[in-house]
Amino acid sequence: MSTATTTEAQDLAPVRTESLAELLIAKERPRRPSALSTSLTFGWRAILKIKHVPEQLFDVTAFPIMMVLMYTYLFGGALAGSPREYIQYLLPGILVMSVVMITMYTGVSVNTDIEKGVFDRFRSLPIWRPSTLVGYLLGDALRYAMASAVMLTVGIIMGFRPDSALGVLGGVLLLLVFSFAFSWVWTMFGLLLRTEKSVMGVSMMVLFPLTFLSDIFVKPETMPGWLQAFVNNNPVTHVASAVRGLMAGDWPGADIAWSLGWAGLLVAVFGPVTMRLYNRK
Amino acid sequence: MSSKQSYRGPGSGGLAIETAGLVKTFGDNRAVDGVDLAVPAGTVYGLLGPNGAGKTTTVKMLATLLRPDGGEAHVFGHDVVRAADTVRGLVSLTGQYASVDEDLTGTENLVLLARLTGHGKKAAYSRAEQLLDAFGLGDAASRQVKNYSGGMRRRIDIAASILNTPDLLFLDEPTTGLDPRSRNQVWDIVRAVVGHGTTVLLTTQYLDEADQLAARIAVIDKGKVIAEGTKGELKASVGAGSVHVRLRHAEQRPQAEEVLRIALDAEVKIEPDPVALTARVGGGAANGQGAAEQASRALAELARTGITVDNFSLGQPSLDEVFLALTGHPSDPEPPSGPGAPQDLKEAEVSR
Ligand SMILES: Nc1ncnc2c1ncn2[C@@H]1O[C@H](COP(=O)(O)OP(=O)(O)O)[C@@H](O)[C@H]1O
Ligand SMILES: [Mg+2]
Repeated sequence: MSTATTTEAQDLAPVRTESLAELLIAKERPRRPSALSTSLTFGWRAILKIKHVPEQLFDVTAFPIMMVLMYTYLFGGALAGSPREYIQYLLPGILVMSVVMITMYTGVSVNTDIEKGVFDRFRSLPIWRPSTLVGYLLGDALRYAMASAVMLTVGIIMGFRPDSALGVLGGVLLLLVFSFAFSWVWTMFGLLLRTEKSVMGVSMMVLFPLTFLSDIFVKPETMPGWLQAFVNNNPVTHVASAVRGLMAGDWPGADIAWSLGWAGLLVAVFGPVTMRLYNRK
Repeated sequence: MSSKQSYRGPGSGGLAIETAGLVKTFGDNRAVDGVDLAVPAGTVYGLLGPNGAGKTTTVKMLATLLRPDGGEAHVFGHDVVRAADTVRGLVSLTGQYASVDEDLTGTENLVLLARLTGHGKKAAYSRAEQLLDAFGLGDAASRQVKNYSGGMRRRIDIAASILNTPDLLFLDEPTTGLDPRSRNQVWDIVRAVVGHGTTVLLTTQYLDEADQLAARIAVIDKGKVIAEGTKGELKASVGAGSVHVRLRHAEQRPQAEEVLRIALDAEVKIEPDPVALTARVGGGAANGQGAAEQASRALAELARTGITVDNFSLGQPSLDEVFLALTGHPSDPEPPSGPGAPQDLKEAEVSR
């Protein structure tokens, strides 16, 4: 504090009250911006934050690379004869798993950010209220896209050969849509829970079973019946199957429909709950 | 609900803010306990109270951030709960803790808010640049706010609040923790803003700040307004300050006490220190005016009587003294939370 004030006394230019006066002459206020426009503006804020704190990209680069390398070489030989064989099956699934796991950082950043004074300002603006949070998720969607690109690149270097480039794009897009929807679970927890640590804890409790108890690593046929029942109805299984199918050049209509249905349901349930919590904070 | 066209006219009877029996409770804690306020449009209104008095909670309810648990509040005639959106179009808030994004630069912060209030990209950038220049932040425009000094943060914060010249500006403890120089600059900004017709609701823990800026002052304690009026009225009830005198010879003290009592027409307090005396000035008939003249007249009178004064100081009453005068009990503040927040202004020299 004391150093801050001493430097300030030296280098802080004076307030120019004349130019301030000119700025204060009440002008016609601009039209109220649309919900889309404010959401995109908040998305821009999220991108600026990535720009200023690039370290936060660690989780969307290093973590996914580690996931692909680890699981391909760990299970490849045992499950499919060779890592190169296995990666054809594994990559779409591990892509889904990594991105879904990364979504939990949304909750953590909402939790730490919301306590800051700037949210009081956002909340006192006459704008579409959810746009603050939608902006977060738009910024996060960009992070998920980056993670996907990184993983696909590493996968292709390791021998992954998708059958359809369009299918790859479609698969990533579906994954982004699902992750955007799934993130509302974390915005809710981010607002609900007191500390960053508890958000992490709850996220792990949800994410581990959800991602591991799916068809990402192995086909469900070898599992016991009760587990199959869970795995086959796990939204992550639907998304992974859909992405796998799309990248293989197929059109897995049912899995795509299930994935989008889950996405819609997640937004419909957790969106309003999040907004209730946001308005009450 | 058309908020395109801002409602600039004052509410009922030219009031920017009108509250009746406003209540907010946190569990058992009645943080705001039946507050009635009537803030005339186009003025600075001071909300003066110690830490924990309920100032921030009141401001948050008026800025639509907290829902009142009881009572009513209107901003320019609009209910803060039922017409929250309209109210948001009229007010701007500079919170007690930095209400800008510390990770972003000065420019980015202002552009962000300009875009959120509907300015096009080009207009947003030019408005941001003009504001940064006017606030003397041109050189810091592309630095992250987290690297700003305390005074610079306050400026960017206030700049963000007047992007669109609000009808009502809330400033929650705008100078707590600032050095005197930065404090004076914030005061200049407030004067410029109110000079253009914006109503300002200012909360503060410092009597001299309210005195400098506000036309009317409400003193708030434990969620209740315990005094309200123009600053003249307030000073008449508590005195404009007190004069502390140290004599060279302890044996002259009874005589000095008598002289001061007559000269100041006020009760004189005998300090534990055998050569010290304290008396209130500027109260009663003086009506808060001419405290310095009154004090110097009293000192001249002491000299004329042959009493040697070693040392004297004229201080504004501290918040504690205000509370003592108004309620008969000290303000009993919680320790200030901000680093470097001055405890009180007891010894602040007054040169007016
Ligand atoms: N969010 C909150 N939850 C619980 N208690 C609160 C909350 N905000 C404020 N309080 C309590 O309400 C009282 C008034 O606080 P506040 O309005 O911040 O006072 P001031 O701004 O005058 O310092 C204090 O006792 C404070 O502890
Ligand atoms: Mg406060």
